Formats: sequence, C-alpha cells, structure tokens
Amino acid sequence: MAEQDPEKEKRKIKSVKKMKDIMTNYYIEAKTAEQSGKKVAWITSGGPVEPLIAMDVIPVYPENHGAMIGASKMGIDLCQKAEAMGYSSDLCSYARSDISCATVNGGPIGGLPKPDMLICGNNICGTVLKWYEVQARYFNVPLFILDTPFCHTQFTKEARQYVHRQIEEYIIFLENACGKKMDHDRMKEVGRLSVQGQRLWQAVLDTAVNRPAPLSAFDAFFHLALIVTLRGTKQAVDYYEGLLAEMKQRVADGIGAVENEKYRLLWDNLPVWYRTKWLSDKFAAADACLVADTYTSAWCGTLKYIDENNFIESMAEAYSRIYLNIGIDEMARIVIQMIDKYSADGLVIHSNRSCKPYSFGQLDIQRIVREKRGVPSLMIEADMVDERFFSESQIATRIDAFMEVVKERKSCTP
Amino acid sequence: MQAINELYDVVGDPLTYARRLKEQTGKKIIGYMCTYAPEEIIQAAGAHPLRLFGSNKNIFLADGHLQAYCCSLVRGVLEDALAGDLNFLDGMIFPHTCDTIQRLSDIWRLNISFGFHLDVVLPVKLNTKSARDYMIDVQNLFRNDLEKALQVRITDDSIKKSISLFNEIRSGLEKVYELKNINPEVISGKDLSVLVRAAMIMERNDYLKILQNVIAELEKKSGAAKAPGAKRLVLAGGICSQPDIYSVIEDAGGVVVGDDLCTGSRYFAGIINAEGDPIAAIAERYVQRPVCPAKHMDKNARAENLIKIAKDGKAAGVIFLLLKFCDPHAFDYPDLKEALARASIPSLLLEVEDQPQAQGQLKTRIEAFLETIS
Ligand code: SF4
Ligand code: SF4
Repeated sequence: MAEQDPEKEKRKIKSVKKMKDIMTNYYIEAKTAEQSGKKVAWITSGGPVEPLIAMDVIPVYPENHGAMIGASKMGIDLCQKAEAMGYSSDLCSYARSDISCATVNGGPIGGLPKPDMLICGNNICGTVLKWYEVQARYFNVPLFILDTPFCHTQFTKEARQYVHRQIEEYIIFLENACGKKMDHDRMKEVGRLSVQGQRLWQAVLDTAVNRPAPLSAFDAFFHLALIVTLRGTKQAVDYYEGLLAEMKQRVADGIGAVENEKYRLLWDNLPVWYRTKWLSDKFAAADACLVADTYTSAWCGTLKYIDENNFIESMAEAYSRIYLNIGIDEMARIVIQMIDKYSADGLVIHSNRSCKPYSFGQLDIQRIVREKRGVPSLMIEADMVDERFFSESQIATRIDAFMEVVKERKSCTP
Repeated sequence: MQAINELYDVVGDPLTYARRLKEQTGKKIIGYMCTYAPEEIIQAAGAHPLRLFGSNKNIFLADGHLQAYCCSLVRGVLEDALAGDLNFLDGMIFPHTCDTIQRLSDIWRLNISFGFHLDVVLPVKLNTKSARDYMIDVQNLFRNDLEKALQVRITDDSIKKSISLFNEIRSGLEKVYELKNINPEVISGKDLSVLVRAAMIMERNDYLKILQNVIAELEKKSGAAKAPGAKRLVLAGGICSQPDIYSVIEDAGGVVVGDDLCTGSRYFAGIINAEGDPIAAIAERYVQRPVCPAKHMDKNARAENLIKIAKDGKAAGVIFLLLKFCDPHAFDYPDLKEALARASIPSLLLEVEDQPQAQGQLKTRIEAFLETIS
C-alpha cells in the first residue's frame, strides 16, 4: 500500500464510504426492481418524489445518472451517440446522454432500469418536458407532468390552485399506475421525513459558515445525491445526521476542506462533473475554498413554504418556488444572501451551455452582485457533462487572473 | 402581385411601420414575440399588437446579457431593445413558452425602461381539464393587467368584436393556403410568407382589407393553368426568418404547399368560438390549436399533425428549418423525422444560423434533396 499523507487523510470526509455504499445499494435495488416486483419511476431532480416513496415506487433520477456519466468521463461518447440520432449538440448534455444511453444501456452502471412511469416536474426547465416526451415515446409508458407556472415576480393564487389540482391528479395517476390506494398516513410520514432530511441538508451546508469551512461545494456536490434521490426516507435522514455530526466535529477540531483556507468563494450553476477534482485542486492551490453554491442548496431552499404537518397541501408552493423557477432578480437576492452568510470573497459563475434557464441571466446576476456587494466574480464557459466544451488552459489562466484580483482586494480591505 | 406589393415595405421594416402607425393614429403599440400572445385582448383594448422578429444587426449590447449559445431571435430582439430601436413601444408582453424567452422576460424587466412589462404565465401542458381552467384564469389575469397598464376598460363586447376580426383574418389566411394547395402557381412562396408575416405587424383592420383583395385576385387566377412538375414540399420548424428560402426552393424546382411554422400555419390555425364567454373562447383556441413544441399535448400530437399537413398537401417531402440553439424544436426533430420516414415522407434538415446562409450552399442542398424525392 502506498504511504498515506496524514495531512490529506485528516481532511478526508469519513462519511464518503457510507454514502457510496448507500448509492450502490440504491442502484442495485433499482436495477433488480423487476425481480422484487417493485415499480420504477423516472423522475426529474426537482420532481415531487415523496408520493412515489409513499407508494413504494422506486424513484430513479436520469439527472443523477447524467452526473455519474459526466463524472466517469463517459459524456462525450454518449452525447455523440445522441447526435448521431439527430439530437443537436446544443441540447442539454444530461438529456443527450440519457436519451442515447437508454438505447445502448451504456454509461458507468450499464444503463438505468426501464421505467414503469415517468414523472416530470418542469420547475427546473423546459428541457425536461421535451426529454420526458422523448422517453415516453421510446418506452411507451405513462407520463405525468407536474406543471409549475414560472414565478417571475409572484406565485399567483390561480397558479397555486392549478398546481394543487395537479397534485391531486398525480396521486390518482399513481394509484392507477400501482393498482392500489395511497396510504395517507404513510404519505404524512414521508412528508415529515422529507422535511427533516432537507433541514439536515441545510444544516450540513450551514457548517461552511465556519472558518475554515469543514466542507466545500465540491464535497456538497457529492453528498447531494441522497437529498435528491432518497428524499423522504429514513435512510437519508440517518445519513445526514451522521454527516452533520462529522462536520460539527471537524469544526470543533478546526479541520477545513482546504488546507490553508484564506479565500472563500461561492459557486453558481451545476458542477463541471468531469473536472470537479481538477477545479477543486486548482482553487485549493490558491488557498481558496468554494464554501457554498447555489446548486446544492436548491434542495432545501423552499423549506419556508413547507408545512411539515400538511405536506401534500404545501407541496404546490414549495415545488413551484424553487431556485430555478423564479426571476433572476430574486436569484440575485439569494446569491447576495449567500455571499453575506458565508462571507464569500468572490463569486465563480459556471456559464453552462447545457442549462439555459440557469445560465441566461447570470450576466445580470453578476452585475447586480457587483453593484450591491462589490465582490469580484469570474465567469467560466463550460458544460456539465460534455467535455468538448471545456478548455483547460484557458480556464486555468482565467482562474489565476481572478485569484489575483481576489487577493488584491482582500489585502486592501481590513 | 399588386395587392401584396405594399406589404413588402411593412415586412421589410416593421418598426418604421409601427412607429408611423403610432404617430398617425395615436394607438398604443404592444410588442410580443410568440403566437401564444393573446392579440385579441390587446386589440380589444384599443392597442396594437406588434410581433417582433429582431433585426439582423450585429450583436453588441445583448452580449452583455445573453451568452452566445442563445438563439438569434431572442438575442436580436434584445439588441433592438437595448439599442433604443423599440423605444416607441408602450408595453411588451411575454407569454411563457421556452426557457430562453422565460429569461428574456426577466432581463427585459430589469434592463428596459420604456413601456410596461407583462408576463402571461401560461400553462405548459394543455391536455388536462385543470390546465384548461388555468388557461382561462391566465387570460383573465392578462385582461386585468392590461386594463391597469393601459388605463382602459376592456369590455366583453370589444373582445367579441376583436375575435370576429381575428377570425376573419385567420380564415382568410387559411383560404389562401387552400388556394395555394390546389394550385401552387397561384401565389409565390415569398409573397405568401410576406402576407402571413404582415398579419402580425399591420393594423389589423387595414390588413384584413388587403387580405380580402388578395383573396379576390387569387380566386380569379386560381382557374388558370397549373404549371406541372414542381415538387411539393412542406416547411416545418419555428420562425422562418429567411423569406428568401421560398425563392431558393422554387428555383430548385420545388414549391411549398403547406407548413408547420410559427410564422405560418401555427399562427392562424383555429377559429375562436364567437358565442359565450369570449375569454374562455380565446383560451379554448390555444388548447385546440396545433401545439408548439414548448407546450405539451399528447406525446405524438406534433408528429400526427405534421404528417397530416404533408398528406393534405400531397407533399413529396418536408424541409425542417431549425434555428440554432432553439431547444424545443431541436428536441422534437429526431422523432418527427422518424415518424415522417415511417409514413414514407422524406425530409431534409436545414439548421439556420444567425447570419443568412450563403444562398448557393442552401440551393445545392435543396436541389440535392429534391433530386432524391419523387
Ligand atoms: S441541466 Fe438545466 S436544462 Fe438540463 S435538465 Fe437540468 S435544469 Fe434542465
Ligand atoms: S422557441 Fe426557440 S427560437 Fe423561439 S425563442 Fe425559444 S429558443 Fe428561441
């Protein structure tokens, strides 16, 4: 065995192994659903998963799968396959890799289990609507769309009523698809667990307000998987309790995610999945820690709208007002709150050509942040899965230049 | 054709036309970009609905707000707005459609100071009862918002009058398409495209008169001898910003006999019921009309509609005109192409870039395609 660097060992998050085991088991269970007689639903990352859990349906997330494809650097191949099918290379690379993967069972886990139904929440983008239509045709299975009207400046009472009615329709859809009634007590319990999980996830992210931050956004990208895929289960709650305890211990012991944290940065948009390590090392080498991000906090950002004792009723609002379904001025307000909360010295913006609803408006957010807080920001042009759109040398140069500005500014301000 | 000539000026420079209209009539001008904008309600408010297409000028100012991977339609319109070319607008409305328009609305609201700004947050799915009810709610909300913004009352009667005006325009355009279908020589593709586009720009009463003259002229001509041999084609896609494509097709020995474009049949398809609650009737047309890819109907609705258009037109092939970076259309394309192939209808994809493509290159591709079809 190679000798271990004690400094590095100390910094490793111990929960990582547990997380990997949980995710492995989750995917094994999903892939063997047919043998165990369980139904599988494909669902969008911002989709209403709790009723599925209450109905004992296994939720599978093509977006999480897309992230795995990206992280295992299998994105180019699958994206090119989609292009050969006629899908433009300008489309979301999650969608492209999933659409082609379904036809060849490729990717790091040999493809996702075949869906019995598709659940699409369009609160994140219009892409998922088109993508799920494609899959509904390909697999010829029922598709339910939770249509959450966009909240440019408000969530009207008409919109609320519309989403409410759809939640009722959703439950009927599930009852038909599963051939059984919804157990409402079970649903309440799942709702409570979901809220508990989200609170714990927020608490985990909150530990990064400490100096040094015990975890970075790159760690959050990894540990996010459970709040996305297993939200509403006891397993997620238990896991995040453990993770939170570990983070608190790290804070007590003064262990930071970055060895010599001097500069604290905020990340915007999805990760660059095939370069997380490179980016993390690159910033760490400049003594910078990405202490928080707008992406992972999206899975606990609407807690204020949820009534845990009346989950089904409050779902309409909570699912409609998530980060990507609001106007860019409100997004900018949230970014500024995060800059204040985490004492960020700079903002790193990933302009992600895959994700138009997340990326269009970033230039305005950047301007608003500059005007209101004066913190420097850097925009990186890339893509979350398709490596062809990542230029390492160019980005390295820009990061170096940006870090100079951050250092300069920090040395001038007391 | 005589009656159409004056429309070429309007379509060539819609902003000058609209500015002049405002000076001469004092009408408020309300901009929009999409066929889901409830024009009938704008007209009923005594204002003028003006569809914006963006000019072809170079992008400088919009670069500060939208990255290069945004479609040229949205970048172009924002450029016009930031450059001050749309200062004469009294308001802009944003029906919710694609992700790009959704963000354009925010960017507009934060950066454009002239005129009022209204979002019309339509449902995305159109095939359920709750979505239909919400569609009615949204149209009512829009009516109220517009009343406030323009300081006017919009009565049911005025909406009904407006509905009948738009119904006449729509059925008129439908009629022209029919005549063209029967005898493709009766009107050139370019004339037809200009005729449809002008319907979204001109004062609608003035437009209707011209349209009626055009129809009268066409009816006289339609008995004339049909030129044989041209290969019948259908165009499909979003907005066709290159009217020259029609001439290119005609020069290559083809003729366009129908389309599924939002600057074509998707604009005028569907008549509004003149009876009953006018707002509900307007909403109903939106859920009945052939769907745009940013909205959800039955998962096969678009393919079925396109095949029907091709069959009704006895078309030998379909040409897809897709704007680069337009997600909704790009997502539908592969399955539409396959559905056409299953129905033995060959198709050609032309991806339209920001800048008008070299005509020679387009022509070669179209000619090659026409050679392969019978
Ligand atoms: S990355 Fe963006 S466009 Fe793609 S599925 Fe996610 S939210 Fe939608
Ligand atoms: S539908 Fe396509 S062309 Fe139209 S605004 Fe959206 S992205 Fe642009």
